[in-house]
Amino acid sequence: MNKINLHSLLSSIDISADWVGLREVRETTTTRFVRDGKPQANAKETTHGIMVEVLADGQFGYYGTNRMDSGSISDSAKKALKQAKSAAKYAIHTFTEDARPPFTGKYCSDYKIPMDAISPGELNQLLCEINNALKVSDKVISVNALARIVETTHHFVSSNGSDILQEFLLVTFDASATANEGPVFQTRTHGGLRGYSRQAGAEMFEDKEDILAIAKRIGEQSVELLTAEECPSGTMDIVLAPDQMMLQIHESVGHATEVDRILGDERNYAGWSFVKPDDFGKLQYGSQLMNITFDPTVTGQFASYGYDDGGLKAEKEYIVKDGILLRGLGGKESQIRSGMPGVANFRASSWNRAPIDRMANLNLEPGNSTFEEIISAVEKGVYMESNRSWSIDDYRNKFQFGCEYAKLVENGKLTKTVKNPNYRGISNPFWNSLKMIGNPDTFGMYGTPYCGKGEPNQTIRVGHASPVALFENVEVFGGA
Amino acid sequence: MEKIFDQICEALFSKLQEGEYLTVNFGGEKSQFIRVNSAKVRQTGLIDDADLSLELMHDNRVCHGSITVHEPFEVMKDEAVLELERMRIEVIQLPEDPFIVLPENAGSTKEIKSANGLPQVNAVDALLPAMDGVDLVGIWASGQIFRGNANSAGQKHWFETETFSLDYSIVTPDHKMVKGTYAGTDWDQAAYEVNIADSRKKLEVMNREKKKLDPGEYRTWFAPAAVSDFIDMFSWNGISEASVQQGNSALGKMRSEGQKLSPLFHLAEDFRSGLVPRFNGRGEVAPDFLPLIDSGELANTLVSSRTAKEYKKKSNFASDGEYMRSPVMNTGILDEKDVLKELGTGLYLSNLHYLNWSDNTGGRITGLTRYACFWVENGEIQAPIETMRFDDTIYRFFGTELEAVGKAKVYLPNVLTYVGRELGGFSCPGILVKSFVLTL
Repeated sequence: MNKINLHSLLSSIDISADWVGLREVRETTTTRFVRDGKPQANAKETTHGIMVEVLADGQFGYYGTNRMDSGSISDSAKKALKQAKSAAKYAIHTFTEDARPPFTGKYCSDYKIPMDAISPGELNQLLCEINNALKVSDKVISVNALARIVETTHHFVSSNGSDILQEFLLVTFDASATANEGPVFQTRTHGGLRGYSRQAGAEMFEDKEDILAIAKRIGEQSVELLTAEECPSGTMDIVLAPDQMMLQIHESVGHATEVDRILGDERNYAGWSFVKPDDFGKLQYGSQLMNITFDPTVTGQFASYGYDDGGLKAEKEYIVKDGILLRGLGGKESQIRSGMPGVANFRASSWNRAPIDRMANLNLEPGNSTFEEIISAVEKGVYMESNRSWSIDDYRNKFQFGCEYAKLVENGKLTKTVKNPNYRGISNPFWNSLKMIGNPDTFGMYGTPYCGKGEPNQTIRVGHASPVALFENVEVFGGA
Repeated sequence: MEKIFDQICEALFSKLQEGEYLTVNFGGEKSQFIRVNSAKVRQTGLIDDADLSLELMHDNRVCHGSITVHEPFEVMKDEAVLELERMRIEVIQLPEDPFIVLPENAGSTKEIKSANGLPQVNAVDALLPAMDGVDLVGIWASGQIFRGNANSAGQKHWFETETFSLDYSIVTPDHKMVKGTYAGTDWDQAAYEVNIADSRKKLEVMNREKKKLDPGEYRTWFAPAAVSDFIDMFSWNGISEASVQQGNSALGKMRSEGQKLSPLFHLAEDFRSGLVPRFNGRGEVAPDFLPLIDSGELANTLVSSRTAKEYKKKSNFASDGEYMRSPVMNTGILDEKDVLKELGTGLYLSNLHYLNWSDNTGGRITGLTRYACFWVENGEIQAPIETMRFDDTIYRFFGTELEAVGKAKVYLPNVLTYVGRELGGFSCPGILVKSFVLTL
């Protein structure tokens, strides 16, 4: 496909609308996956199209199209206009072009080495070596290694002057080992849920020695878990590693504070929220140690960007400060509908979906405690790493998480490894039980490509960074 | 669409060189989406999307490529040929794949289903007035869906259909909700309005005060939608032969330890409804009917040809992901009118929410109650319940604790739209279990 001139396409649209926007997305996802030493996937998938969005009579209408010539885009705009006009009399809110503030600018992922510095053959070779390193014994019955590279270009132009070009390079790396002995199966991965996801280039794969050492540890821990005792049951303290905090933040803070959920848009699918509009500025969401930031400006984090898909410039904002809920995750449309301050988080999964309120990078800011100080403060508890199971109710209250790997904490010391660790709780009291928070040395930066939400459904990438954190008096239990 | 697919395939196959094999898949849709909140339009629009996926095999190596279909044909042909050339350069750099499955010609199929759906321009005016006066939230999705498959051995399949669905919730002022779906192929305005009116009626019982339950074990009736949520989990580290072999299956115990579910439990892949294509991404045509769990015993796992080659099994032409494409659960003898009486005192759960394996190989699932879930005493609904978390194993609620299976089967259309609008759905009855574990 020849390079698209969005400005020319925009000027070719001749309709009577209050605002028109074109958002071109071209995204190529390269997946290389080796299991048990054999290639499973070497795939390059490219999606490329334009979302034509029109505002008329206070209602937006859209047409996402894979036909990108001038005549087709003009026709798409006419059809989007019809959608908008037919729906306007039933509109949930009468918008103006204030919902699409004009910005111009550029964003580019920060990376050191372009991905084409590693050939497909070299990357397969590395993944095969990782497979070998994972298989530390005959008890390891299956291993795999994944490298996923996403190259994305977003270009957004609008009739009120927006012109934003953003280029992303995103890499996900994972390695996994499953061990078996008798009836026991245990799986260990690199951070759970494809958690090792960043904006980066081929430098992610530069330090082969380090990667192979990680793989060996994953393999060893999968075997170690086979003979580990079951995680104990009872009410006790838990210390969560950053690769579990990722999901804790995501499910019990991120989704709960999305303004479109609070406004009810998601009630038929993802659900509502225990957070009410009146809670902002008042609700003691967590203990005073809790500081949550929405920050798409973190270099290298998975969901960093310069502007959201409504064209709003992205900036760091505190969502929770000293435990108090300050603002929600609401883009410009939600801000207008609710009358509340928000953030630049109006995002779409691709050209074929309309933007909605999403998380970007949502991080728990570090505190002052060392890992040793945190562990030494626990008389009886469990330290847990790497999410493997997650579930929360439609109001984001009652959650349950399971982790891959855990150690008992007894009298201030890490002792035995235990398997099948799980815990459950209710979001608001749980965050208020946050007792200690790790310093920057305990901080880990993770992300996941798999946040699902919206109708029609959309999967989007999010980033979560966190220090190690200690929560008091949590219900803990083991496996089946 | 079929014509473009044929033309592209012809162009691609004509470019193949000695020793190269190619499989081409096509998936597309022309859709309308109307998102509704508070019985008002939140977002509305149209999507035209189609992808062409290529699998090139050469010298025991495999490479995949996928591109968006950009009409007109002349543009698309150039892009497809360029993609093939890129793959040709890449494939020789890749390691050999010992489990490669070369394309074959086992015969072609064609199925085109036209429908008398709701015209896009009329949709808002047809849908919204019936929602007047209630807090309704949901999604309308309609239009054509296309699937194609062809290979260099000369085989071709084409499937084309047109569907619609309104998947919705109606909410009371104090936040209690009932779930509804109206889906099909031919639009019937009167039937749609009856569907909405029926859901409004269901709200009446929701107006009672919610009952708070304690964690514990409860006798429970699961309505078909709740049962389908459990069965969905079988497609995720469950019924897949690869997941059994790799130690990640909840059904692994049925193979390795001879564990059984209840003799009342039967599950099959059944394509006889014709709502989904029988061909998979390799163009292989699945059997019309394949029992998976028969009288509580593991009769078949889903085996793709690749898995079959790797683990020396017989393929039943499952998709590469080995997930269920057209699941059907057998009915039992419990009449719908007798459900409350047979339940006696316990839970009536209409829907569940956010299921996940809490112990995958142990077969334990956690999740939550949602929508119209009630406390029942002496065969009478007493009150809706507050949301509760459960955590229990398939070996209990489909096994030792399964007391009866409903006589009526309900078809639940798949309304998910992540990659695109999904096809098909799941047919299943409700179940009555003696004990089900609520935890929070």
